[in-house]
Amino acid sequence: MSVAQRNYTPALYKGNWEVVIGMEVHAQVISQSKLFSGASTTFGAEPNSQVSFVDAAFPGMLPVINTFCVDQAIKTGLGLNAEINLWSRFDRKNYFYPDLPSGYQISQFYNPIIGPGWINVRLDEAKVFGLRINHIHLEQDAGKSFHDQHPHKSYIDLNRAGVALMEIVTEPDMRSKEEASAFLRILRTTLRYLGTCDGNMEEGSLRSDVNVSVRRPDETLGTRVEVKNINSSRFVEQAIEFEVSRQIDLIENGKKVIQETRLFNSSSGETKSMRSKEDAQDYRYMPDPDLPPLILSAERVESIRRTLPELPDKKLTWLQEDYGLSYYDAALITSECGNAAYYEECLAVEARKSGNKVSNEKAKMLANWFTGDLFAYLNKAGLDLGASKISPAYLVELVDLVCDDSISGKIAKDVFDIVWSGGESPVAVVERQGMRQITDSAAIEAAISKVIDQNQDKAQEYRNGKDKLFGFFVGQVMKETGGKANPNMVNDILKKKLSVDS
Amino acid sequence: MNNLTELTLSEARDLLRAKKISAAELTAAFLKRIEAKACWNAFITVTGDLALAQAKESDTRLARGEIRALEGLPIAYKDLFCTKGVRTTAGSRMLESFIPPYESGVTQRLKDSGAVMLGKTNMDEFAMGSANVNSCFGSVINPWKAKDNPAQDLVPGGSSGGSSAAVVGRLCLGATGSDTGGSVRQPAAYTGVVGIKPTYGRCSRWGMVAFASSLDQAGALAKSVKDSAIMLQVMSGYDPRDSTSANVGVPDFEKSVGQSIKGLKVGLPGGDWIDQCDDSIKTMIGNAAAWLKSAGAEALDVSMPHIKHSLEAYYIIAPAEASTNLSRYDGVRFGFRAPAESIGEIYQNTRREGLGAEVRRRILIGAYVLSAGHIEAYYQRAQKVRALIKQDFSDAFSSTDIILMPTAPSGAFAIGEKQNDPVTMYLNDIFTVPANIAGLPAISIPAGVDSRGLPLGIQLIASSFNEEALFKAGCVIESSSGFVPWREEEATS
Repeated sequence: MSVAQRNYTPALYKGNWEVVIGMEVHAQVISQSKLFSGASTTFGAEPNSQVSFVDAAFPGMLPVINTFCVDQAIKTGLGLNAEINLWSRFDRKNYFYPDLPSGYQISQFYNPIIGPGWINVRLDEAKVFGLRINHIHLEQDAGKSFHDQHPHKSYIDLNRAGVALMEIVTEPDMRSKEEASAFLRILRTTLRYLGTCDGNMEEGSLRSDVNVSVRRPDETLGTRVEVKNINSSRFVEQAIEFEVSRQIDLIENGKKVIQETRLFNSSSGETKSMRSKEDAQDYRYMPDPDLPPLILSAERVESIRRTLPELPDKKLTWLQEDYGLSYYDAALITSECGNAAYYEECLAVEARKSGNKVSNEKAKMLANWFTGDLFAYLNKAGLDLGASKISPAYLVELVDLVCDDSISGKIAKDVFDIVWSGGESPVAVVERQGMRQITDSAAIEAAISKVIDQNQDKAQEYRNGKDKLFGFFVGQVMKETGGKANPNMVNDILKKKLSVDS
Repeated sequence: MNNLTELTLSEARDLLRAKKISAAELTAAFLKRIEAKACWNAFITVTGDLALAQAKESDTRLARGEIRALEGLPIAYKDLFCTKGVRTTAGSRMLESFIPPYESGVTQRLKDSGAVMLGKTNMDEFAMGSANVNSCFGSVINPWKAKDNPAQDLVPGGSSGGSSAAVVGRLCLGATGSDTGGSVRQPAAYTGVVGIKPTYGRCSRWGMVAFASSLDQAGALAKSVKDSAIMLQVMSGYDPRDSTSANVGVPDFEKSVGQSIKGLKVGLPGGDWIDQCDDSIKTMIGNAAAWLKSAGAEALDVSMPHIKHSLEAYYIIAPAEASTNLSRYDGVRFGFRAPAESIGEIYQNTRREGLGAEVRRRILIGAYVLSAGHIEAYYQRAQKVRALIKQDFSDAFSSTDIILMPTAPSGAFAIGEKQNDPVTMYLNDIFTVPANIAGLPAISIPAGVDSRGLPLGIQLIASSFNEEALFKAGCVIESSSGFVPWREEEATS
């Protein structure tokens, strides 16, 4: 894989404006304990129940780096094709706020752990662009303040204080809100594949600051505005849409865009000024003297590289190229690592059974049953894939039953339904309920003769040219055979029988 | 036994083990004396009941033969070592009633070795000071009096002034201190006791109220070089809770005591820097070199061109780190909180009322040297100077084993003197800060007196983790100097 060149020209806004977007994404690291303390990171626990004396910045307490979080950052860097800096360091970002107990956030300002990288972002089957990552650094999260629980008091929950975040900083390579949200989606997917961030937007595991500016094409960059702390790709789109219109309106009315930080209001869809550049705080960044430089060995990086899973973009390619899946199916399957694992397991089971590479036809059937029927059942039941009673082995069994004409596609839907609720294997269901397809021509002929005998008048009408009645006969035969007759054989034999006067 | 409080730590240890005295009577004797000498203001908190209980336990162990390194020996802790369940103030109103729910790494080791905690000693607020006049619990008085003005109260040095006064005044067998820019060695010099600051990373900083993290190091004040070695032995060791703690073995320090220094190379840094000292100090340096030489050491001049800039670098780096280390004292979660109507007022009122003038001065200096537009000229430049000073030392140690210099530019001065002139006050640290800047072990040994009859200290600095050289050479100076320790009569005459 290599970084993609944008293979299309992004649309201009309102006549002739180019939008330039860069993002800083705060991704919460999947880890049992915090970045510098042993306290738990469990979400939704009783307020202030996951706080160590280090997190609460008691006198004399010292941070100790959580090496697992470091490994997670390395893994993320490798997954985003980035340089891993073998020498990095933590810095203190100083500011006073009640939910920041030590009065400084430990971050990496001067020497981040991860250097430049890139990720390919697909908008659809045709459009792709490569987005450059400037760097990724590790930092602590702050606690949470609640100002709406009491008329005169604020409450503070330090459970989140000290939780490890990766700040993923992009270059200003995005040119539309669609590109921004597509980036956020592929980033989320990639982090979930890597197992380094759960990407849970509701729990705030992935929060974005979006830098937006507009310019006439080929002009130098316009003044950028930072919109902070947006927690979904939909809101990212809304915030960009609002900002772009606002900035274009300003310039077209002869005014200037001011460099400032703005907040997004998700209920109004608008941004409002938080502070201007002049009011920007001086964070007095200083290397944290409590923490020696973070020195990594090349071996450690390589051993983590060996644990990297295959990432969605690569899977997307071979699912299309090697198995003939549509972009749509391949994209759906690869959008979640759990889906991809399920589908790949289906392919593996099938290949083991047949001893051959799975045919494109069968791969497509498996994809259809998976992304069509199984997804629909899961959605309806509100269940995760993991809770499904239909294992990859069962899905393969079901598809094989259809392919070897043991059951029809229609019967297969019934079998699926029974397997879904009972957990019995498809073969067992078919055998127990006698659902195997009738392919014995004598049996089918007998059923057809019976139906024609009982409907002599309609048979005559058919022969007189009322072709539409053919469907009626098919239905009656299927009814007679309990739906088990092989539909192709029914068609063939019925045509023959009806054409002859009885 | 009559004068239990006159014993050195090692003498008391031997008597306890020989069952000639009990830990309980020893502890009681010190507690009694602490009460009698309350006028020196050496202690912020005396933990009498706790001490007696610990002593009782030690006596049981001594009887059973389950004897740990410091079994039953009463010592005192500088009040910036957090002690579980015992108020720890760092000399500040901010922590006036703070009771830590945890025990610092260093005091835990002392506790686990059977030491009896007599109490928590007074100190300059957050260890910022060279005279122990910046404590919210009042100044500490040096038991020494000048010949020419015996009525005048003198400073005990700082910031571990409570510890130095307690050790020299026989209020304890030894005491812990902390040394960020000389806070163990300088008060040791001003009171005529031994003070050792080990290599940065030798002792855990966990649970030690931070002043400047890259410079802070625990140390010991004691009546003799041997006592200081015994104490440091217990205080040292790796602590995974402190990321700057060194995972290296701790040698048997006491073994170094009395060992030959034949062939030891002693470096003498020259320059106007040292020439400016009092004559009595220059004489003492010359004497010390001669004593070491006659014990078999070689003396040679070393060039350390950048070391004279240590003080400037120190007074940028230390306040910079302090300004952020002390941000946690905001009145939100623990400690003092001033009445206020808003969060902004909580910060302002709490920090204005809870922190003393010197602490606020250093926070302001620190915030300034880190601020945008000034960080390059101050903080970053100071870091470059720091690197040059470290280089000076490593160059010097390529041809020498220890470096000899004064501990302080003068003897103790009067309480109130220099107080309105911070720069003059800061100059007290001129000889002690280089070892902190470079993270090196250093010891101060009383070795002479100034024109007013007040003690002066010789400082020895060694390369990283070579404290043994300091103990060896320190013993030679101790036995050669003919220094007459403080005596009770001098204080009362």
